[in-house]
Amino acid sequence: MEDKTFTISVYSENNVGLLNRISGIFLKRHINILSLNVSESEIENVSRFIIVVNTTEKWVQNIVGQIEKQIEVIKAFYHTDEETIFLENALFKIASSLLFDEKQIQNIIKESQATIVTVSRDFFVISKSGRRSEIEELYAKFKPYGIMQFVRSGRISVSKQKMEISSLLESFK
Amino acid sequence: MKISGAEAVIRCLLEEGVDLIYGYPGGAIMPVYDELYKFQDQLHHVLVRHEQGATHAAQGYARATGKVGVAIATSGPGATNLVTGIADAQIDSTPMVCITGQVGRHLLGSDAFQETDIIGISTPVTKWNFQVTEASQIPEIMAKAFYIARSGRPGPVLVDITKNAQFDEFEFSYEKCTGIRSYTPVPKLNLEKVAEAAALINSAKKPLIVFGQGIILGQAEDEFKAVVEKSGIPAAWTILGLSALPTDHPLNVGMLGMHGNYAPNLLTNECDVLIAFGMRFDDRVTGNLNTYAKQAKVVHFEIDPAEIDKNVKTEIAVLGDVKESLAALLPLLDAKSHDLWHNEFKALKEVEFNSVIKEELNPTNGKGISMGETVEMINKHSKGDAIIVTDVGQHQMFACRYAKFNSTKSNITSGGLGTMGFALPAAIGAKMGKPEREVVAIIGDGGFQMTIQELGTIFQTQVPVKIVILNNEFLGMVRQWQELFFDNRYASTKMINPNFVAIAEGYHIKSKKVTQREDLDEAVAEMLASKDSYFLEVMVEKENNVFPMIPTGACVSEIRLS
Repeated sequence: MEDKTFTISVYSENNVGLLNRISGIFLKRHINILSLNVSESEIENVSRFIIVVNTTEKWVQNIVGQIEKQIEVIKAFYHTDEETIFLENALFKIASSLLFDEKQIQNIIKESQATIVTVSRDFFVISKSGRRSEIEELYAKFKPYGIMQFVRSGRISVSKQKMEISSLLESFK
Repeated sequence: MKISGAEAVIRCLLEEGVDLIYGYPGGAIMPVYDELYKFQDQLHHVLVRHEQGATHAAQGYARATGKVGVAIATSGPGATNLVTGIADAQIDSTPMVCITGQVGRHLLGSDAFQETDIIGISTPVTKWNFQVTEASQIPEIMAKAFYIARSGRPGPVLVDITKNAQFDEFEFSYEKCTGIRSYTPVPKLNLEKVAEAAALINSAKKPLIVFGQGIILGQAEDEFKAVVEKSGIPAAWTILGLSALPTDHPLNVGMLGMHGNYAPNLLTNECDVLIAFGMRFDDRVTGNLNTYAKQAKVVHFEIDPAEIDKNVKTEIAVLGDVKESLAALLPLLDAKSHDLWHNEFKALKEVEFNSVIKEELNPTNGKGISMGETVEMINKHSKGDAIIVTDVGQHQMFACRYAKFNSTKSNITSGGLGTMGFALPAAIGAKMGKPEREVVAIIGDGGFQMTIQELGTIFQTQVPVKIVILNNEFLGMVRQWQELFFDNRYASTKMINPNFVAIAEGYHIKSKKVTQREDLDEAVAEMLASKDSYFLEVMVEKENNVFPMIPTGACVSEIRLS
């Protein structure tokens, strides 16, 4: 079985220490977490983890089973890229002088549909949402001019299929 | 009424029906010990000699009784000393609650004296853990701890309680936990799956049942026996499944895995339907997965969904409580006897008897006492009614291979983790949990010295456990591997041992050492007749090997007889 990119979604109680418990499951199998995002979900007091890994389908099945059996995990799923809508966000901090000295910079911003978050005397910050490849493309375009800082978020995604967590929680009552 | 957090801990234990706990005091748990002093009429605390001993004793108690074992320790080293036992309980699904003291909340994270992040350390080896920092959390967390430890697939839970939470007072009330919304301990049984499984089992020409501890944990021994007897299917066990079905039951075809019996291993790769009950296809059972039962359709009855398809791909998975699944399965099964198929087992059993067992039980050529014949001697005098507690290594494999068991919960051993030092403290717990039963710890000379200090616990509590040391002056299992796979390079496996009898006598335990075969019978008889604890050292043949053997990474059908 060959390695593929999988997005694992975990709905859980909002609990200190659960991240440690979940990351340990990946650690045991030497799987590098490519990206991790934790946030509130659509349900009050329920957290959602989005974890991106590169592994085989068999292992991702095993891992999701082992995540789901953790006491505070409500439900865990895995999806391939085709089954989810996903994107990442990136911030670029660039010297303000370049806006005037390098006319090309303005074109790059326009073409990439990035937004300018802030402009100050010394620097400006651009935000770009999209697929990893789009962000990398933009990074490559800015690179020759010098990037003061760059940061990219973890993947956030929603599945095309229904998750039905609310009804699951409802059934407990 | 307002009570302290420490008193609340004791009251929670009493609410959960606990009357016996194992532990070791220290600074950060002293408020709880102070309450133990006040409640000593209702809650008996056994002072062990090392916190690891507390966990193994709690495990032995849990395995013998089916109840939750409880261990308690202080922060820092007290807590870290629990970790081996917790890991053992996790991999062997043993219900256990560990309570640790922790530095006061205001000191957390400051590297205070005896502060250690036991929550972080124990996370990978607990079913659940929680740090209590306020007294008022205690009832709810303790209730959850017991519920989680014993429900579904059991396991260890650790509750870490900061010192301020032990001192602070609050209004106490207790409510047992009956459910947690994010946790489904027992998946709902799907009767359609049971029907599919029954149809497949009924159609099988050469079916084989493999069973594990799930039968014991699910208290499904009667239902299981009924299914085995009606279907007439040969049934083989993992070492944690041992004693779920009497060893002399005509349909019991023996032990699976690395040092298991010849027939069930070889025929795993001949059967057409493999039916697994409450077992997890551990690598010691399956050998090489790429060549494990590939010809067979696999039916897996299991409580833990994460075990399905983890190691072996199943045709039909029946999730749920095994007692319920077996009861649903029974009426759907055809009554059969599979005589021809059983004949294959009998023929291979004969082969194993002639090439391995006969010599092991009656060594010739002037060889010293064997481990197998010592176990057989214990069988003779216990008549298969004793609880046998073993450590890890050659003696463990001989005990599991040769011990006779008439009733369930009688084989207590460290299976998944392979923890040397397990047996002595586990035997203490088993005997305290089942005082009416004979408890015999069979231990190697290596493992014995890992928790030898628990002889002190035996002396102090006067718990009448019987201890048999099979002394070959080697770390025998490692030596066997060195002989077979490392060209006889015996790196650090030779043991220069002390005078064990003198040590046991130092603890005022009746002792005897046997070096000659003719003395074995009487010594074992005397040991089992003793009302008090008894220490028996048996000097056994130094360089005996356990066979049959499936070398690591080999296929079950490549099992070697020599």
